[in-house]
Amino acid sequence: MAREESQIKFNRRKFLAGVAIAGAAGAAAPPAARAATTALTPGTTPRPSALRPSAAVAANETATPPAMAKSEGVPASDFMVDVIKSLDIKYMPCNPADSFRGLHESLINYGGNKSPEFLTCTHEEAAVAMAHGYFKIAGKPLMVCVHGTVGLQHAAMAIYNAWCDRVPVIVVGGNDLDASKRAPGVPTFHSAQDISSLVRDFTKWDDQPVSLPHFAQSFVRAYKLAMTPPHEPVMIALDAALQESTTLDRAKLTIPRYVPTSPPQGDGNAVREAARLLANAERPVIVVDKCARTENGVKLLVELAEALQAPVIDQKGRMNFPNTHYLSQNARGRALLGQADVILGLELSDYWGTVNGWIDNGDDDGSGLQESHVKPNAKLISISSILLNTKANYQDFQRFQVVDVEMAADAEATLPALIEAVKQALPANQRAAVEARGGGLKKAWSETRDRTRQAASYAWDASPISTARMAMEVYAQIKDLDWSSVGGDRQFSAWPTRLWPMDKHYHHIGGPGGYGVGYGLPAAVGAALANRDAGRFSVSFQPDGDLMYSPGALWTAARHKIPLLTVMHNNRGYHQETMHVQRMSNRRNRVAYLGKDLGPLGTRIENPDIDYAKLASALGVYSAGPITEPNELAPALKKAVQAVKAGEPALVDVVTQPR
Amino acid sequence: MRLFHACAIALTVLAPGAALAASAEHGKAMFILHGCWQCHGTQGQGSIATSGGKRLAPNPLPWEAFSGFVRSTNRAMPPYSEKILSDGDLADIYAYLQSIPKPPDVNGITLLK
Repeated sequence: MAREESQIKFNRRKFLAGVAIAGAAGAAAPPAARAATTALTPGTTPRPSALRPSAAVAANETATPPAMAKSEGVPASDFMVDVIKSLDIKYMPCNPADSFRGLHESLINYGGNKSPEFLTCTHEEAAVAMAHGYFKIAGKPLMVCVHGTVGLQHAAMAIYNAWCDRVPVIVVGGNDLDASKRAPGVPTFHSAQDISSLVRDFTKWDDQPVSLPHFAQSFVRAYKLAMTPPHEPVMIALDAALQESTTLDRAKLTIPRYVPTSPPQGDGNAVREAARLLANAERPVIVVDKCARTENGVKLLVELAEALQAPVIDQKGRMNFPNTHYLSQNARGRALLGQADVILGLELSDYWGTVNGWIDNGDDDGSGLQESHVKPNAKLISISSILLNTKANYQDFQRFQVVDVEMAADAEATLPALIEAVKQALPANQRAAVEARGGGLKKAWSETRDRTRQAASYAWDASPISTARMAMEVYAQIKDLDWSSVGGDRQFSAWPTRLWPMDKHYHHIGGPGGYGVGYGLPAAVGAALANRDAGRFSVSFQPDGDLMYSPGALWTAARHKIPLLTVMHNNRGYHQETMHVQRMSNRRNRVAYLGKDLGPLGTRIENPDIDYAKLASALGVYSAGPITEPNELAPALKKAVQAVKAGEPALVDVVTQPR
Repeated sequence: MRLFHACAIALTVLAPGAALAASAEHGKAMFILHGCWQCHGTQGQGSIATSGGKRLAPNPLPWEAFSGFVRSTNRAMPPYSEKILSDGDLADIYAYLQSIPKPPDVNGITLLK
């Protein structure tokens, strides 16, 4: 935008004068220091080890934008804070940056650092991931300010994860637009015509307001769009000059009232057709991924499954369905899909991958073996809101799958109508068969439970420690608490979601969405923040490779007293890649070169091993480990749980089996 | 951890093709060297994440089925030709898998009750 000269009062001369005085004061060293310098270099002029920056360079580095707004009128960013507060955004995880210094100052001084409270982060990627994890527990979005270009570049991967995971995050990027007035040098390196272009492919909406009324509309609109299913991140590019301007017309500025938008529901005819197919099916199967947005979503899904006595296969994008319920049949998913005559997919990220298999064995001219997992005449039904918000570039929409009944709608919002329609459509003469179906599934659930316990017993006493042992040692310490698992578990055989009884929506939070590495720790911290406010105990199993992307999130947890038990799943490698390079070596009939490592060169995090306990300790977090013997786990975990119950983060480093 | 240390030491003294007939100890080293542990765990316990939940030990498949699968699999596991894994080393790996004891009775593990 063009700066409004009448509102924005620069005073470069006074500011630089202040810098010059400060510089002169710095140059006037204390007498003792002068004496020491003289003694070291008698008879010569002291030479610094590096050249001092010129006045211009110093100004560019430290004094941008170079002017301070005069105090006439109200700071524009104070009004922005009023807008933000109207939406009750509780926290703002951020790495500070000068391109939003105006807003930052207003938030902490005018806004009282409440709603939002500034949470200091050490990386923008971590800040966005914290907002991501927070939403999955609290159901409310956070706002994250990032620095114009470079900060947004850091944040981009985490925004992509949120996009793929359908999580709203309000991203605000500071940017100094006026090329004729912004400071040259670093601030100009950090400015762009259109910063949002960097993330436009994976944000739902973005805007670049050019006035305060425009900001008010854009911010409320951004919040509203982000919170309308499918939830997605949104982006506001916020001009630094607009933030630092003043307004004499605050009384005339208004803030639009936020009214939540109803989520889209499935078309009535499509719902009835889906119900007819399901009610008349002999072997219906329900597959869910990101279906339950709320606790009520879990209840509705149970009601639907019980009405049909249909097995539920939970792909665990959310805590959709209680694993304590006999209709929870994840372990038998492949077999059940193969027998199904009707399959209902609810908010699936990958329908093709649900009903087809792909084997990475180089068949089919190298593309891998592809095979259908379902009967050719099986009827497929889909309810998914993602159809309403698909973009072209990034391929998160996955392969194309033909389905028989497809609704572009929010599954949770459609479930009440579907349940009612199913109950009406169930033929009277089929109710006995439906009940009998349930009996068989009860027996299968019980048998699966026993097999899972048996599987967990293998390598029970091994060192490195088995992942099943790690999971159950942790559960023993927290089972009597109101706990919430805030990390993923697919990287270590999914033991918690297989063996821990999970029946509440907050018992697990699903995965990262886009599988961008670096999500785990900060998302867990964000989720733990929401759990802290709800009085819950948070625990996360943390992969080692993922931790090293943004270990600074541990410091954020310590700084802001966010209680979280982090248990390292430390297999000392980027293990997925270890297996990939091994596979390629075999396919090419070559022995994988290990160097001095235990896996293909370049895929291991060893030599030297990282001491995660020391790392955590250095960042202000209670820690223990590395623990390599299973019998040492319980006492270490017990102490760590006590630290977390006292309100601190804690980390226990466990050296584990690979998966 | 002890297993890993033992294997690391073994890797430094044994060339990949230096088979010791039906040596479980050498087989353990080869199990690591050739990456079997990556998907199957160091005790062949398996994982639903990487081996479809299938276990290699204890009580491995009969030798003929085991060795035939290793040589010719066209499923998710990549095949190991004789060029990269000798018959002797494969036999030693099999001996290692045979040497792995049964786990404790699951009903005796308090944490799994």
